[in-house]
Amino acid sequence: MGSIINNINKAFDHRIRLGIMSILMVNEYADFKTLKELLGATDGNLASHTKALEKEEYIRVEKSFIGRKPNTKYSATKNGREAFKKHVEAIEKLLKQQG
Amino acid sequence: MDNSEYLKDISEIKDMMNKSSRFFSLSGLSGIMAGIYALIGASVAYYLVSISGRNYVILDGKLFTYILLDLAIVAFLSIVTGISLSIRKAKKNNEPLWNGASKRLVSAFLVPLITGGIYIIIKISSNHYGLTGSLMLIFYGLALVNASKYTIGNVKYLGYIEILLGLICAIFPGYGFWFWVLGFGVMHIIYGSLIYFNHG
Repeated sequence: MGSIINNINKAFDHRIRLGIMSILMVNEYADFKTLKELLGATDGNLASHTKALEKEEYIRVEKSFIGRKPNTKYSATKNGREAFKKHVEAIEKLLKQQG
Repeated sequence: MDNSEYLKDISEIKDMMNKSSRFFSLSGLSGIMAGIYALIGASVAYYLVSISGRNYVILDGKLFTYILLDLAIVAFLSIVTGISLSIRKAKKNNEPLWNGASKRLVSAFLVPLITGGIYIIIKISSNHYGLTGSLMLIFYGLALVNASKYTIGNVKYLGYIEILLGLICAIFPGYGFWFWVLGFGVMHIIYGSLIYFNHG
């Protein structure tokens, strides 16, 4: 039981962060606007959550320009993918045990 | 956190994975319309062949040009209807029309379809048009199976059915016309109705 709880990752303990990771698990990358639309978050809110995940090195940020418009692209790192998988597995195990 | 919170997390994860990778605003109605266009187009072709007094089509005749034109009109109307009804549905569902999912849907669909189209044109221009119906069904089926990863999942079963019809048709090339009617007309109407009643 203790080991399962250990795998529940505090970094994913928020709807927006959970959403960002879910989207980046099935998409090679997503830009800021896409994440915002999908998650229904404000600019500031989304920015603070992407920063938190970036700090954990779970996601990678790539800044570029499309013409003159700045474009920020996010993708999941290998670490991030593994951590998220463990997190989901831990949740599933917990749910099974408590059934 | 208790159980219900975890359950909510899991459903949130699934929802985000689906929403971000699949385009759901595919219109069932446009499938039904495509089937109706195909049946009308096939009737026109049948009529054209029957009034020509022959039972076969020769490649360089006027009849052949008319039938190609007939096919092109069916394809054009189906595509225009499909796009415009999807735009309408996406607006209603508040789903962005041109996002990562719909881009991937279109390219996954078009690669097998255009490959097949070019292949068929090459074969026709070297006088091998006996299997055109079968090839159209097979490549269209492959396009559907390929695209189904990015939209309503059960589109892939329609793809399998089209491939199967195409393969059976290859065994009975003389009945190409009827397999075409079944695959592009009848199956579209049936499948379009299923999507329409399940997803709108």
